Amino acid sequence: MSANETKHDIEKIRKAHKVLKEFSYEMKPVVKGYNDRTLYINLDTLEIKEKPVPAEMKKKFIGGKGYDLKLLWDAVKGDTKWDSPENEICIAMGPIAGNTNYPGSGKSIVTTISPQTGIPVDCNVGGHFGPYLKFSGFDAMEIQGKSKSEIIIYIDGNQNKIQIMEAPEEAVDSHVLAEQLHEMFAANEREKQHVSVVSAGHGAEHAWIGCLNFSYWDKRRKLPRLKQAGRGGTGTVFRNKKLKALVVKYSGLTGKSNNPVDMNTLQKTGLKLHKEILTLDDKQCQMRTIGTAHLVEIMNDYDLLPTKNFRFGSHPEAVKLASWVWKAHFTQNVPDGCWFGCTMSCAHGVDNFELKTGPYKGHKVLVDGPEYETVGGCGSNPAIFDPEAVIEINFYCDTYGLDTISFGTITGFVMDCYENGILNKERTGGLEMTWGNWEATLEMMHRIARGEGFGLIAGKGVKYMQKYFVEQYGADAQFLKDIGMHGKGLEQSEYMSKESLAQQGGYYLTNKGPQHDEAWLIFMDMVNNHIPTFEKKAEALHYFPVFRTWFSLQGLCKLPWNDVEPADNAQQPEPNKVPEHVQNYVDIFNAITGEHIDKQGLMLQSERVYNFQRVFNLKMGHGKRPDDYPPYRAMGPVTVEEYESRAERYDKLLQEKQNIDPAGKSSAEKVKLLRQYREQQYESLIDAVFKRRGWSPQGVPTVEHLKEIGMDLPDVLALVKKHL
Amino acid sequence: MKYLKTLAEACIGCNTCMSVCSKLYFKEDNPEKSAIRVGQAADGSYTLAACDQCQACVAECPTLAITVNKQGVVLINKGLCINCLACVAVCPTRTMMTYHGGLVPFKCIACDACVKECPTNALKIEVKEK
Repeated sequence: MSANETKHDIEKIRKAHKVLKEFSYEMKPVVKGYNDRTLYINLDTLEIKEKPVPAEMKKKFIGGKGYDLKLLWDAVKGDTKWDSPENEICIAMGPIAGNTNYPGSGKSIVTTISPQTGIPVDCNVGGHFGPYLKFSGFDAMEIQGKSKSEIIIYIDGNQNKIQIMEAPEEAVDSHVLAEQLHEMFAANEREKQHVSVVSAGHGAEHAWIGCLNFSYWDKRRKLPRLKQAGRGGTGTVFRNKKLKALVVKYSGLTGKSNNPVDMNTLQKTGLKLHKEILTLDDKQCQMRTIGTAHLVEIMNDYDLLPTKNFRFGSHPEAVKLASWVWKAHFTQNVPDGCWFGCTMSCAHGVDNFELKTGPYKGHKVLVDGPEYETVGGCGSNPAIFDPEAVIEINFYCDTYGLDTISFGTITGFVMDCYENGILNKERTGGLEMTWGNWEATLEMMHRIARGEGFGLIAGKGVKYMQKYFVEQYGADAQFLKDIGMHGKGLEQSEYMSKESLAQQGGYYLTNKGPQHDEAWLIFMDMVNNHIPTFEKKAEALHYFPVFRTWFSLQGLCKLPWNDVEPADNAQQPEPNKVPEHVQNYVDIFNAITGEHIDKQGLMLQSERVYNFQRVFNLKMGHGKRPDDYPPYRAMGPVTVEEYESRAERYDKLLQEKQNIDPAGKSSAEKVKLLRQYREQQYESLIDAVFKRRGWSPQGVPTVEHLKEIGMDLPDVLALVKKHL
Repeated sequence: MKYLKTLAEACIGCNTCMSVCSKLYFKEDNPEKSAIRVGQAADGSYTLAACDQCQACVAECPTLAITVNKQGVVLINKGLCINCLACVAVCPTRTMMTYHGGLVPFKCIACDACVKECPTNALKIEVKEK
């Protein structure tokens, strides 16, 4: 038995393989962070080929998400759907990816046309796959077409060989499959570290919220760890193509694998940040000991922790999910980095967790996480304040290939509908979806994985359920619109944005939907009041989304940027930007590539790709102002209950901001008055942000702006001109 | 555990130890490539720094390239090291060493080559409890 308590008969599994196509390629060294070629695989025709990266593509798209989007743009048409054969799974890294000196340098970026939104979604994910793929010879890979049988794609970076093989016997669920494949493709125990697997799970076969797990071998635990490309249904597209797994093997990693121009600067800059993390992390974010879960009590204290489908921002029982609870559950307490050389080491895990439900009931397993978002989504939001239940939900989401954020927000929505009589036991197939019912929540997930009944409906997400409940059950469409926490079809991640207009923009004036990776402005806006005017909010909603895009162009993690800050950061101009760390990024980019960019050059790289992604949305029939509105629950109290729970706050706002005396008015009247004000404020915010971004009032990048930033590519201009 | 004990008060700053160490392990007389370092404080007195085998680096290493032998000496397996320098950063005594242009860090392994050459007995190999 393995440590995950699943027996593998590797030889039997291997014998069932049938190689459908084999492709050999010439190995060339990575030069200055680039291979200058990408890998194309078509599952319909079994074509495998390498594609050179044209100089123009390198200049304008840089790498990572930029490369993904460019490859995807060329592959799809405006009417391509997520399950169309031409839709692709693209995985790219970026020039900085794979260096072992600067913390957080091991990210892969996954892009596809999302089943949930119909536009490109991009996910930034850890694990070893991306760097190993890069050092195997490719800056990106794109997988097009659909296989007829269950397959694995194997990339051997040492033998320079790629195989597409039928793989009927392997497991589908990720915690078993990753372990099987690490064992199968490593010649010995030592080689397991040189293998990485991308996989999904049974959940991704039936839900639109499927995620991908990227593995890395944990030498201390002697088990694969799983990091998730979570958002927007990447796993769903993957399983729709009958892809069981991608496997890469590469031995030979060193600090010089990128062949950087200036190794000394890379080492010095990395060492500086290592020391900063080791000295300051305990006093700052405690990423090394707790990780992102350190945020739970902070969010609860600031009324920002979603509870009961984002009705409220705090809960008396939230203390049961506080950071110290997770610290006690996390085992081993050694550096848990998802790529070599990341001393931030935030990838914590729970060992030997005995499962209480589902197909692996009674098994003792390793659980990656939980992260803050999982605690917020699968804990506080559905009012599940049992940490063991949250760990179990976390485990099953991962192994089934389901996104914990979407699953959590979906569960909150389902419970809200249940309380409001829109759902009942009959409609859920017997599931009593009351607040806090973790057993029903897990059973709903098992039904998603089995493709049964209500699981099939819930697994398609909040947007799908809204329409379904209106059409099938005659539910109040406006009410469901107000409480359905999604934008563009993607479920909101786990922060309350009600009291921060800037964060409403941070969530909903985004390229892929309400995910906090573009901008997290709540403290700047709501707590510290640093951006009080529309112009300042618009500046923040220009700078941060553009700046943060850069991480995914490079194959970097965002966390070492501002989850540790230099000791004197607060004394620097614009401390929210963490200027010293931005300079670090400029320095390591130049050190690896030999370019000579400055901070403005960094922003220009990002702004080009950011605008390109906006135009890509336009290509897919979206990407205009009407796509950028939040549900009202993200902006203010939908119900009297919500208003009255914070009546003092809202009464004061009515008085101060709207000059309305709340005395004598009913709560329902006050809800309406506040709503009028907040919706008008959001309109003004959109106007200011679009103007700052160089977009038309409808949200279309203007020709002048595209020319100014050098993103005036002929097909891009032709497309925007139709909409201006 | 076995370690190199330094008695700075006996040091006369002759730098013989650095010379011996770098010649033995790098085949060149270069203080930057010595696992023991002689320094000088503001008051003119000499300082000596060498690994005391505390093992902080062992826990930090992501590839388990740093191990402890039976005598308690911390060793680096160059074949497993991926050059991240996390061990250098975490070292509380700043005695996990690097040099300009080098990839793999290095450290004192209490071999006693310097001890034998020190003219003032400022260095000795000792054994202590963890």
